[in-house]
Amino acid sequence: MTVHTLIAPRPAAGCAEDAVLRERGQREVFCGLTSIVWLHRKMQDAFFLVVGSRTCAHLIQSAAGVMIFAEPRFATAIMEERDLAGLTDANDELDRVVERLIARRPDIRLLFLVGSCPSEVIKLDLHRAARRLDGIFAPRVRVLNYSGSGIETTFTEGEDAALAAIVPQMPAAAPGAAPSLLVAGTLADVVEDQFRRLFDGLGIADVGFLPARRLADLPPVGPATQVLLAQPFLKDTARALEERGASLLSAPLPVGAEGTTRWLQAAATAFHVSRERFQNVTAAGEARAERAVRRHRAALEGRRVFLFPDSQIEIPVARFLAREMGMELIEVGTPYLHRGHLAAELALLPPGAAISEGQDVDRQLDRCRRAAPDLVVCGLGLANPLEAEGIATKWSIELIFTPIQGYEQAGDLAELFARPLARRQKLAV
Amino acid sequence: MQLTLWTYEGPPHVGAMRIATAMEGLHYVLHAPQGDTYADLLFTMIERRDRRPPVTYTTFQARDLGGDTAGLFQDACRAAYERFRPEAMIVGASCTAELIQDDPGGLATTLGLPIPVIALELPAYQKKENWGASETFYRLVRGLARPRAGDHVRGPRPTCNILGPTALGFRHRDDLLEIRRLLETIGVTVNVVAPLGARPSDIARLGEADFNVVLYPEIAEAAARYLEKAFGQPAVRTVPIGVGATRDFIAEVARVAGLPPLTAEAGSRLPWYSRSVDSTYLTGKRVFIFADGPHAVAAARVATTELAFDLVGIGTYSREFAREVRAVAAEHGIEALITDDYLEVEDQIAALRPELILGTQMERHIAKRLGIPCAVISAPVHVQDFPARQSPQMGFEGANVLFDTWVHPLMMGLEEHLLHMFRDDFEFNDRSGSHLGKAPAPAAPAAAVAAEPEPAAPSVVPATTRWDAGAENELRKIPFFVRGKARRNTERFALERGIATITLDTLYDAKAHFGR
Repeated sequence: MTVHTLIAPRPAAGCAEDAVLRERGQREVFCGLTSIVWLHRKMQDAFFLVVGSRTCAHLIQSAAGVMIFAEPRFATAIMEERDLAGLTDANDELDRVVERLIARRPDIRLLFLVGSCPSEVIKLDLHRAARRLDGIFAPRVRVLNYSGSGIETTFTEGEDAALAAIVPQMPAAAPGAAPSLLVAGTLADVVEDQFRRLFDGLGIADVGFLPARRLADLPPVGPATQVLLAQPFLKDTARALEERGASLLSAPLPVGAEGTTRWLQAAATAFHVSRERFQNVTAAGEARAERAVRRHRAALEGRRVFLFPDSQIEIPVARFLAREMGMELIEVGTPYLHRGHLAAELALLPPGAAISEGQDVDRQLDRCRRAAPDLVVCGLGLANPLEAEGIATKWSIELIFTPIQGYEQAGDLAELFARPLARRQKLAV
Repeated sequence: MQLTLWTYEGPPHVGAMRIATAMEGLHYVLHAPQGDTYADLLFTMIERRDRRPPVTYTTFQARDLGGDTAGLFQDACRAAYERFRPEAMIVGASCTAELIQDDPGGLATTLGLPIPVIALELPAYQKKENWGASETFYRLVRGLARPRAGDHVRGPRPTCNILGPTALGFRHRDDLLEIRRLLETIGVTVNVVAPLGARPSDIARLGEADFNVVLYPEIAEAAARYLEKAFGQPAVRTVPIGVGATRDFIAEVARVAGLPPLTAEAGSRLPWYSRSVDSTYLTGKRVFIFADGPHAVAAARVATTELAFDLVGIGTYSREFAREVRAVAAEHGIEALITDDYLEVEDQIAALRPELILGTQMERHIAKRLGIPCAVISAPVHVQDFPARQSPQMGFEGANVLFDTWVHPLMMGLEEHLLHMFRDDFEFNDRSGSHLGKAPAPAAPAAAVAAEPEPAAPSVVPATTRWDAGAENELRKIPFFVRGKARRNTERFALERGIATITLDTLYDAKAHFGR
């Protein structure tokens, strides 16, 4: 398939106006704490201290398989009976824990106090605690807070909350500074470097990434900053950046060849890059991506896919599966639908694609079984049970833990969906 | 507040899930926020279960907190009953729901469901996973078990219940098969196995058995004590891990069941393998044990009396078993480590420098970092702890498995002796390597030159310490698989004593210092 580089989202096509099924019930999703798993890999001098329960600690270690790290850069301050009964001052306890932690890890420059369900329910004021501790440890260690609680955040919304907490720490762009580009949302380092090279080629020299790998590398932000979202779940982060004067570019996400081109195009247009230069810079990558994707198209074309809600990346991925892989979308579930940020994505979805927001997992499983899809994209709690029923699955968590954005990863992304089907064909047991 | 980087046990409601998931026809309605569903994947991924755990989570959100979370819980209960039609239901709260004090038990009772509903109180800020499993099983037994109808008349074959195996248990599946076979071989009929595979209606007929076998005391001791008191059922409490303990187990079963003394050792290979001359090199291997309480205690006995290792350290994360583990430690003249902080465990291992670690998956990682051989003997479980083959820890086959899995990580006995004997052979060069690959070699048997594991990071030797030609030459004669260690230990020895030039004497002084 050929994607042309001159692109404006097609008006009113797709399902932007279609009804969305809103569900309320049991959600088979992670809470926001889980995003610590990739955030701590990305932010190499940050430590994430969850103030929560044993459940929080168990969740993160189960999701992260943390035993592979000698000493991970995240931990849980587990609240105990006496913390709740008010026998000890929670703030004194927190100070003690933080002091011990900072003494133990002199390499840490940024400490997040991360709120959890129990800390939110007992209304432990972590914002004040962070300000107090910041007063003690700054400038050597900065202390910030956000909530990754399950009562407020779903999975990737934890990253949104963390980044929104960092935005006030970004330096202010100098008055009258030249326009700059800010890419918001965690990308794998290798993807970030690829994009940096592409922006360089386009002549967009001043490009920052949020989050930065180190606290000291936080890019400046100001009225001349144009923001490109690299992830779909950055509601609060985008708002915080806008409050700093930045403006948001509307684009699909850089998923697949088409998405990457359109995403880069949004930046190119904002920075007045000539059409010729854009084509010169992107043509090779785009062609490579299309070639890589084409290899898997035969395996996926015409197959029917059902996506359970997980990370909010479902809509961009569904768009890729429908438009570049020729798959038929049965249902595209998302934990939360931000119509504004996803306007360009929704416009590209095939007409009639059913979108559901939120979840009632048992009812959704009923719909899924009735539809008998060829492939289900779902979380790890559902994958093996569905496989045991004879339904092929793709773990949605891989869409977050593996690099899928950009031209060079488009083939990998396609392969993620082709692999379970290929495996089934090979197996004769 | 307790700073926790990693934890050996989950919260108590995960223990309750292990009971519910082990059983059939039971449903658990858990008052919990979104995110707590992560626990499902422990079962579907680690244990590769083909069904979702029978758990409904109410998934309340921040906006519900001011409103009607109690109503949400009742709706979830009703919907779960309608959809799953269980024989019985357990209801409870996770850590967050505990704080909002909705009283799941009371709320569920007012629904008037036509099935038994058992309320669980699992204090999430005091207790942990195994306690939660034990309490849940106890509540189920208390709520559902009925005394046997009529007087107790012993049938031709004595009958027992096997209590304790759960979902997500360390080798529970395989232990159960082994012990069930053993019991049937010696003439005991199994009435009910619970919780694994039992229905609530099976729990109801626990009272029909003559006695109970407590396979996993951390799960089943509380229930067994209740059954003892309520129905007069005696319990067999020996945990049959190892040859000696299995013999004791059989003797205890015979005594409780009124059977003549008997032996049933077919297929038991550990005793002969351990007496075989190639096992000589196992003698006095310094072993460190860290596990849940019962597995730590059992491993200490096997290690010292059946493999002739020396116990240099023992510990547990199960505070409930601190007393038993301390008693074992006292027998060996050491102090037990009772902690759930793996950094403390790591520190102690680094200080003790054992030659073998028997631990959990966490100790396996610690062992890897420190370059020490390790075998896993206890939960918390990992996908590797659910092997495709049968691999029990209990019974005589279990003892065979222990022999293999504890001895293999050590040097391959005779093979390493030969390696050492022929080290001067021209075909034997440093590139031929050991089967242990590139990992720092563990202590070699005969060549106990400063035999101890390396520190995790190479020690920094100041440029002032140098080797003279004689010492350097002698170092080259030491087998390659311990040479690096000998070099480091000698350098450390020299550094600590302010020796600037390492001579032959320094080398052998160091060997004497570090060797046993």
